[in-house]
Amino acid sequence: MALLLQILVTFSILSLVAVGGANAVLPEMHRQLVELRGWMDDATFSQLYALAQAAPGPNILVASVMGWRVGAWGGMAMATIGMLLPSAILAWGMAGLLHRLRGAAWLKPAQAGLVPIAVGLLLAAGLVMAEASSQFGPLPLVIVAISTLFVWRTSWSPLWVLAGGGVLGLLLLG
Amino acid sequence: MPAAPDPSPPATVTPSRLELFLGYVKIGLFGFGGVAAWARRVIVEERRWLTERDYAEVLGLGQVLPGPNVGNAAVMIGRRFHGLAGAVLATGGIYSAPLVILIALCLLYDRYGRLPEVKPVMAGIAAAAAGMVIGTACKMVGKLKLAPEAVALLLVAAFCAAWLRLSLPLIVLALAPLSIAASLWRAGLILRRATS
Repeated sequence: MALLLQILVTFSILSLVAVGGANAVLPEMHRQLVELRGWMDDATFSQLYALAQAAPGPNILVASVMGWRVGAWGGMAMATIGMLLPSAILAWGMAGLLHRLRGAAWLKPAQAGLVPIAVGLLLAAGLVMAEASSQFGPLPLVIVAISTLFVWRTSWSPLWVLAGGGVLGLLLLG
Repeated sequence: MPAAPDPSPPATVTPSRLELFLGYVKIGLFGFGGVAAWARRVIVEERRWLTERDYAEVLGLGQVLPGPNVGNAAVMIGRRFHGLAGAVLATGGIYSAPLVILIALCLLYDRYGRLPEVKPVMAGIAAAAAGMVIGTACKMVGKLKLAPEAVALLLVAAFCAAWLRLSLPLIVLALAPLSIAASLWRAGLILRRATS
């Protein structure tokens, strides 16, 4: 029981420092789980990260897998709740604040000021992912380029490039 | 002078509760390598819940708040359409299917000590997902008609995060005030020219 509470507290703290989402909080998660709490070793942390990457959905669910490893299914529940709830409450509060301020003349331009940062960081996330995939040689970079053009210049479903990437990977990287 | 407005903003559609939930289920379920690209596709292109600009603004807020930015956006978008029920449905939708799949993967891992050999397939999908995210960013830049200084700030943010690998909180802390000041200046709300 004490363990589950510790998991909840640890991930709640991570949730509140996770500006930029899962990839930004990963180093701190490693520090908390491996170095401070000693809940797992380096290799396990990396394996669980890979496990979370194999599933679709928000990358933040890496927290759920870590919680599962430390405290079984209860641990998974606590880590998921801890990681999601505090930041969700903040987002809820922020949405309410914006609703109250909606008449203010400065609000729209101020909000528009965040747009370049958001898109810039999105671009950066894609570039970092592309670099990570280049460990398998030049072919993944070709897939990255095709997929970029496909998504940018057409409005066809990106499922085609995801499926195509998987098939190419199986045929040429396997 | 404000930046040029969209020539003809596409009409948006208010989703029902069920549509909101199902839309977010799709975003979570298809989001290999992260959900950012799918979230924009479903919300802006396919279902037209928000305009490109509205969505970018919600995402921008999601970015500066702690927590997953698309998750934060889900709370805010859900609340906008259906209050607390909407926030819960959007959040539940985005996490439910991935969690079920994750539990199945955990069970497999528990049983066999490792996952079945899917590394080459995952590597190909990861590369395609990377391109999808880059392509989404390019598409947004093309459609948002940003002012020159906003494009410069966008590139600085990308450079700091992707090449210098500065921590995201640091980048947000340094660039967000600058970018907000630039935007207020362009809207004519502050007279002093923002230094950059």
